[in-house]
Amino acid sequence: MSFKTVERRPLSLAERTYVPQILSGMKTTFKKMVKPKETLNYPEARPPIPPGYRGVPTLVKDPNGREKCVSCQLCEFVCPPKAIRITPGEIPPDAETAHVEKAPEEFEIDMLRCIYCGLCQEVCPEEAIWLQNVFSVSGYTREEMVNDKKRLYELGGTLPDDHYKWDKKKAAEEAGNPHH
Amino acid sequence: MIQPAKPELVTVNIDGQEVEVPKGINVIEAARMVGVDVPHYCYHPKLTIAGNCRMCLIELGMPAVDRATREPIMDEATGKQKINWIPRPQIGCGTNVSPGMHIKTQSDMVKECREGVMEFLLINHPLDCPICDQAGECKLQEQATGYGRGYSRFIEQKNVKPKRTQLGPRVVLDDERCVLCSRCIRFSQEVAKDDVLGFVDRGSYSTLTCYPGKELANNYSLNTVDICPVGALTSTDFRFKMRVWFLKQTNSIDTESSVGANTVVWSREGVIYRITPRQNDEVNDTWMADSGRILYKQVQSDDRLLPAGSLADNLAAASALLKDGGVAVVGSGRSSVEEQFFTARIAKQLEAKSCIVARHGEGDGILVSADRNPNTRGALVTGLITGLPATELTELAADIDAGAVKTVLVVGEDLTAAGLSADQLAKVNIVYLGFHANATSAAAKVSIAGLTVFEKSGTYINQQFRLQKFASAVPGLAGATDDRVVLAQLLAAVGGETTGSDLASVWSALSREISVLDGLAYAQLPDTGLLLDSTAWSGLAFPEGETLHYQPATAEATA
Ligand code: SF4
Ligand code: SF4
Ligand code: SF4
Ligand code: FES
Repeated sequence: MSFKTVERRPLSLAERTYVPQILSGMKTTFKKMVKPKETLNYPEARPPIPPGYRGVPTLVKDPNGREKCVSCQLCEFVCPPKAIRITPGEIPPDAETAHVEKAPEEFEIDMLRCIYCGLCQEVCPEEAIWLQNVFSVSGYTREEMVNDKKRLYELGGTLPDDHYKWDKKKAAEEAGNPHH
Repeated sequence: MIQPAKPELVTVNIDGQEVEVPKGINVIEAARMVGVDVPHYCYHPKLTIAGNCRMCLIELGMPAVDRATREPIMDEATGKQKINWIPRPQIGCGTNVSPGMHIKTQSDMVKECREGVMEFLLINHPLDCPICDQAGECKLQEQATGYGRGYSRFIEQKNVKPKRTQLGPRVVLDDERCVLCSRCIRFSQEVAKDDVLGFVDRGSYSTLTCYPGKELANNYSLNTVDICPVGALTSTDFRFKMRVWFLKQTNSIDTESSVGANTVVWSREGVIYRITPRQNDEVNDTWMADSGRILYKQVQSDDRLLPAGSLADNLAAASALLKDGGVAVVGSGRSSVEEQFFTARIAKQLEAKSCIVARHGEGDGILVSADRNPNTRGALVTGLITGLPATELTELAADIDAGAVKTVLVVGEDLTAAGLSADQLAKVNIVYLGFHANATSAAAKVSIAGLTVFEKSGTYINQQFRLQKFASAVPGLAGATDDRVVLAQLLAAVGGETTGSDLASVWSALSREISVLDGLAYAQLPDTGLLLDSTAWSGLAFPEGETLHYQPATAEATA
């Protein structure tokens, strides 16, 4: 292998006194002393979360309190690290939301697997799963790191709904399409 | 084997390509043979043609001939015979090929037709995919993607029809999703012979419904779910259990009777979710009975025999009992050919009498036969039995009473159900191998937990003497051992000649020792099975009556 010898230049007088280097370092120090603080007193102080931030995936309800997920399992299918696990279930025919027919019996997201990619949110046809603003998750056991359905709804809360798809469906069902 | 007669071929032109196809098939099938997809809903190869969905529209032309002279009219520009194209599109399902026929499946007119049909079908469709079980195997989804316009122009309110209607004990109907193809109606009329479904109302209000006061309850009702191209008919058992795209498909055989309907077992992560029929034109077409579809429940049933003790200890205890002499072997018509082969060899090694228990029911003339053992023929072929089995083991009972039998090796059967009393069971040592616990396993000195048909691989021989293979769909119960392996090791333990217990070695032994299996190997068996030479057993009066694709051999044999 060929190599090249780098010539080492001898230090100049100014360099040997070390004064210019100290001064330039002190300049930075004094400048920062008078500038506003850039760090946060985390965890007491929290950073603002910008819209569209991809935090922990959660399940949400619509403003009427209906759980939006219909357990279509598309998010389970799309999730690259297979963090999601759904047990689909049937809504009993006498329930208020019986016309939706299907809802998850159990819904688990393993936060040790989740890579916060947001594909679940993107694929969801019901806008039921949202990556919201929780960014720090911790636990003492692996089990604690799996969010079950109850926890996912706690984290998710209620989000505004643009469509009210199923409410419209129910209204149409009740009104029916005028015959002929 | 008898080769089927070569079909007469005709030459047709599909999208400019000259192809030879059998005479008498329709355009959809002809196109399928050359890999061209003609989308369709109402056409089903095993049902009559209804021609009502209009999805299969194609352009059709015939070579021009002069009416007066019958001379072909030539096209001067190309020098070929002129083609008279029919100006309007034709349905591919209702058009049989004829010599010289020209077909266009990709022309602009055909594309527009398909877009139009798709648009009409989707006008009142509820777009339920997120909650619809058919999603993932839905023809409407596939064809909307493949041939649809891609966006909707419909802004009016959709029609409302009944949803979540229980049509019968096993089938749920969602009328909004129905595309009115009438496959389910034709199936009920033509195959199940239980004409309970029909359309009421007209136009876009047409609704599929059950005849008032009746229900879709016949033992073939779930086939309507299979053939429904959309999610209008769904299975109560499978409903909302799992998305189909997660399910692994494994070829299997229906064990409920000697018909041996070909099936597909759908499982995910070691759990079976449903069983559907697999097409075999010589056995079950594309159908199977509902009763065969719930058999997967035996995998997780409460009465499974749970493994106790190590296999080595159990085998040692079993072989000690068996080597003591005075043995009788009760094999099973539910065991695979391979297992019966080992059972027969154990019996031979111990010079024991061997038998199986017959199980009879009423045949329904379609796909459930009178012999409810899937593999009675296998027991004959492997030499486990030489004549037809009986439902009651009277000979064994007499031998036990006479003290001639000290130990009984039982494979999967319940001897009390076969006519033996608890006293008789108490008189002998029982070695039991099987997957379910019963009175016999409870009375057994040694009981070894085996596997269900869904957890192991092997072959059965059905009523036509057709050798059909099945493969394991899910891993076996922890601690239980494949029955074939247990029997092979038991054979070795009692001093029999050892062949490996893996399928390849078993089959090399089978093809060596059994003349009708000569030259066969498990890996080479076709998915639709292989018909064996049955002349050696033609004199036996098998209990089966006529079923689909099966005629009892001779009148006097059945008499
Ligand atoms: S954010 Fe990505 S990794 Fe996390 S659950 Fe959703 S799809 Fe899976
Ligand atoms: S969260 Fe959305 S994508 Fe996931 S199962 Fe529920 S409805 Fe389907
Ligand atoms: S229920 Fe299904 S099979 Fe029956 S007519 Fe409607 S779409 Fe066709
Ligand atoms: S498949 Fe030809 S009209 Fe339906």
